[in-house]
Amino acid sequence: MIAPLKWLVSYTDLNINTKEDIHRLADEMTLSGSKVEEVVSKGGEIQRVVVAKCLSVQKHENSDHLFVCSLDIGADEPVQIVTGAQNMRVGAYVPAALDGSHIAEGRVIKAGKLRGVESNGMMCSFEELGLDCNDYEGGNNDGIMILQDLGEFKDFTEEELDKLVGTDIIPALGADDTVIDFEITSNRADCFSILGLAREAAATMNGRFIKPEVHVKEESDVRAEDVLNVEVKAPELCPRYAARVVKDVKIAPSPKWMRQRLRAAGVRSINNIVDITNYVMLEYGQPMHAFDKRTIKGDKITVRRAGDGEKLTTLDGQERTLDSTMLVIADAERGSAVAGVMGGLDSEIQPDTTEIVFESAVFDAVTVRRGAKKIGLRTESSSRFEKGLDTATCLEALDRAAQLVEELGAGKVCKGIIDKCAAAPEKRRVKCAVEDINRFIGISASQAEMEDILKKLECEPHFDEGFVTVPTFRGDLVGSADIAEEIARFYGYNRIESSLLSTCSTTLGHRSREQKIKDRIRNRMTGLGYNEMLTFSFVSPSVFDKLDLPEDSELRDAVVISNPLGEDYSVMRTTMIPSLLETLSGNHSHRVENASVFEISYVYIKTDKYPDELPEHRELLTFGGYKAGNADFFSFKADTEALLDSLKIAKYEFEPEKTLPYMHPGRTARVTIGGVDAGFIGQIHPNTARKWDCPENTFAAVLRTDVLSANITDVPQNRELPKFPAVMRDIAVVIDRNVPAGHVEKLIRERGGKALESCALFDCYEGAQVPEGKKSLAYALSFRDASRTLTDDDVNKFMKKILNGLETRFGAGLR
Amino acid sequence: MKEKLESIRKEFEERLAGISEQSKLEELKVAYLGKRGEITSILKGMGQLSPEERPAVGQLVNKLRSAIETGLEEKTQQIKDAALKIKLSKEAVDVTMPGKTVTTGSLHPINQISDEMKDLFIGMGYEIADGPEVEFDYYNFEALNIPDGHPARDTQDTFYITDKMLLRTQTSSVQIRVMENKKPPIKIICPGKVYRADNVDATHSPIFHQIEGLVVDKGVTMGDLKGTLEIYAKHMFGPDTKIRLRPHHFPFTEPSAEVDVSCWTCGGKGCRMCKGEGWIEVLGCGMVHPDVLRRCGIDPEVYSGFAFGIGVERTAMARFGVKDMRQFFEGDVRFLSQF
Repeated sequence: MIAPLKWLVSYTDLNINTKEDIHRLADEMTLSGSKVEEVVSKGGEIQRVVVAKCLSVQKHENSDHLFVCSLDIGADEPVQIVTGAQNMRVGAYVPAALDGSHIAEGRVIKAGKLRGVESNGMMCSFEELGLDCNDYEGGNNDGIMILQDLGEFKDFTEEELDKLVGTDIIPALGADDTVIDFEITSNRADCFSILGLAREAAATMNGRFIKPEVHVKEESDVRAEDVLNVEVKAPELCPRYAARVVKDVKIAPSPKWMRQRLRAAGVRSINNIVDITNYVMLEYGQPMHAFDKRTIKGDKITVRRAGDGEKLTTLDGQERTLDSTMLVIADAERGSAVAGVMGGLDSEIQPDTTEIVFESAVFDAVTVRRGAKKIGLRTESSSRFEKGLDTATCLEALDRAAQLVEELGAGKVCKGIIDKCAAAPEKRRVKCAVEDINRFIGISASQAEMEDILKKLECEPHFDEGFVTVPTFRGDLVGSADIAEEIARFYGYNRIESSLLSTCSTTLGHRSREQKIKDRIRNRMTGLGYNEMLTFSFVSPSVFDKLDLPEDSELRDAVVISNPLGEDYSVMRTTMIPSLLETLSGNHSHRVENASVFEISYVYIKTDKYPDELPEHRELLTFGGYKAGNADFFSFKADTEALLDSLKIAKYEFEPEKTLPYMHPGRTARVTIGGVDAGFIGQIHPNTARKWDCPENTFAAVLRTDVLSANITDVPQNRELPKFPAVMRDIAVVIDRNVPAGHVEKLIRERGGKALESCALFDCYEGAQVPEGKKSLAYALSFRDASRTLTDDDVNKFMKKILNGLETRFGAGLR
Repeated sequence: MKEKLESIRKEFEERLAGISEQSKLEELKVAYLGKRGEITSILKGMGQLSPEERPAVGQLVNKLRSAIETGLEEKTQQIKDAALKIKLSKEAVDVTMPGKTVTTGSLHPINQISDEMKDLFIGMGYEIADGPEVEFDYYNFEALNIPDGHPARDTQDTFYITDKMLLRTQTSSVQIRVMENKKPPIKIICPGKVYRADNVDATHSPIFHQIEGLVVDKGVTMGDLKGTLEIYAKHMFGPDTKIRLRPHHFPFTEPSAEVDVSCWTCGGKGCRMCKGEGWIEVLGCGMVHPDVLRRCGIDPEVYSGFAFGIGVERTAMARFGVKDMRQFFEGDVRFLSQF
């Protein structure tokens, strides 16, 4: 809400003049809850432009359209300025921009020579000072502004004008207003107005709030109700509809003071009637509308729900299609305004309008908000209605408009108000007690102090009876906590003593087991050289095709965002691979040679009960990358194993995984932990890698954190270090090349039993000395018994068992 | 005899001095102490001496023998030392050359800030709660006093899934989930992703991170809220940091406040970082609205509480000097590995 300072202060007894005053006001308002976004001093950009008196005008020696003027600027010596303006005359009082001055649009004026003649500045027009000549009686844009030709200075004597010489032009013209931009929170519809902010300012600065006195003379003999009929057909959406009729309207520009205030508030001046509606809206926060009465067919206004598909052309010339959730103001034949949003083009005030109807109404906040959103039109009016307006202010504003009509001589106000009020305004009583407020906030304010604060806000405290009566315009004050806030913000949030829950129970702060494990995983991953990334949880639905997922893949059944930022961000991811590849691809395109990244995050999987239930948030550890040198499957697998080992996860197994269309069918492994599927690791399919512009040897792992977590040994138990020596045996077995080494190792371990301490593959060979279709696997085995030294015989027995097993299961023979 | 022994000694010493290789030393040892060595042959010739002479000569010969042995030992050691010296000098490396690379990764700067905040609040007795990102409208809005049609919904451009389901716009949704399931005393923080339909630019992202705090117990005051936030601010922004509470409006807290901290760059004097204000807004907070408590089955006549919500990106940007928020989500390892 942009509030011109002079306007605001005019409803208080505050003296806000200097820059310091303005800053103090802005700071204090911010601290009492009306946050100041910006303070802009109008005319503030104009610097070193002073009132000057023209002493002489001579023709330029080298030009027939330039003049050389000598000007008194209140200094010891006159200054010489060359001008091209044709309206300069001796004795004219003019604005002179001196050397180094700033004028409108950021221009800086410097002394220089014009066709060889020294010129120490520039004389200014209205435009060059950022002013509108129409705001000044007698003002025009033809040449230099001459002060004594303006209505403003018409009655000034020469002596009075001389006094202005040398002073800054902007204050001399009275154009030096400051506007303050306040952030108004959605609960404070009352502060969306100059009066509301003036009330807050007075309360904040310990001043007095002075409401404008409104009297309507009602000079016309005609009674409004005799010439206009109002019917509210949807009272549930329109608690009050009030109207006044004005006859003998003379459409004209509104006076300068009103135009200046409107312009300062960022509203364009149209004509006296439209300006009055805008002025009252800014002042009271009550949107008003003026209809040209001759366009109201049948002299009847009906407030009704719009028909589905009903068309209405709004003031901005756009045809709008309405529906029955919206409210229209209609005459006997058709809609003439979208209630609370915008008037219709047909009933717009015209230069020849002679009779008008002022509407001041309260419409249902939600209806206006939804309607405005539906037709895509958020106006000054709708943004006020949607906060919920006061049915009492509604009438005050209507009278204020009528009063202004009379003051401006814009027409004759008919007798009486047509008032359809479904819900009479009622002052609410809020239960509350001084001690409760003190205890809740943590202060010890006296009853008198609280009463003082509340009275400034037009609340009536009755603490002795246990309640506070709040004014009708404070729809936000409902409970004791609301009253506490009013006390707190004027007591001063920053006067509240800090404390640290000294009266509360002691609680034990901690991370849960799962949270700790997650942190452990993250730290392990950084130790293994992976950088933690954060990726967007939504992806493009096109990624499913890009991954070559089959048409019936469950992963395609993603949670869809109904109003996404764009196709690329429109479904919640069901797989982490696209997020990983997107990141790696970005690195690759930036010529990053080695990129290793990881993330713990969710994929979102629909359950059977979706959408009655939320989708499952399945948490996954994703990691992967590419390396410049010889990255291969086994070094990537080593990272995975190092992670699992360091987490004290014991029973993990890798099995060939050939079914994932986006993974290399020969270089991908399914990981199971304790027999449960934990995810997969491997090389990205070359086709997939190419589609994402990733290097061909890009690796990826996706593991479920819940499975990891369930299989972590929280407290590993110490095993006594061995006292007896181990016996080492190497074996090399020749076996069908398709038998996975993992299966061989598993069998060796099963057969080796407790005595087999370790089993390590140290060679895998295919070639000359091994038959076609076979391979040789060489293992180093270590046997040990905790209670004695094993003999050769013992170990031979173990070896025999192992070899028998290998032979029967795999047909393996010793090499 | 005496003279002969003396000349043997002299000759030995001369020959020993000329030796620098172990093999030559072995030869010398054989020449004197071997079976046909000089000393051995003298000892063999002892039989020809008279019994009177023998003890004296024997003594002299033994003395010579031990002198030769010592000489040989010392020489052996010298040769070893010299060889080691050569070996060491050959093994010398240029220690200024770079080490063989072991790459370590790094934690994401956003998560580093989150982790730090978690540790701080755990130290003050808070637990860490989690909640879903795809959330029901009820938890994100309705239960927080933001019914359908409430203007506060406009300020948080929401991604909807269905009429009733959305991407949470605030971690405040977790407040409701915690209060529905737990009796006071409640002291939790909830870090997490939140979603708003903002287009991506240097200061906006449709996904960002918040940390929500909630305390509910008997006798919790706004002073407690202030004290807690002061500790937070001093911890995150430096011990001299001051905080300032400005009244504000959030539908689910009453009273509500926005909190500024004194500018971490200029200390409050006013600079470019704080746009000359001396203060930077870092969080929103307030006393939990009685209706919110009631809706979760907590009696506001008995219990009160406070809640706060902190934006993580902003703190991370300030802490690490990140100017463009997009960098957090691009995953460029050149960026990530800096932290």
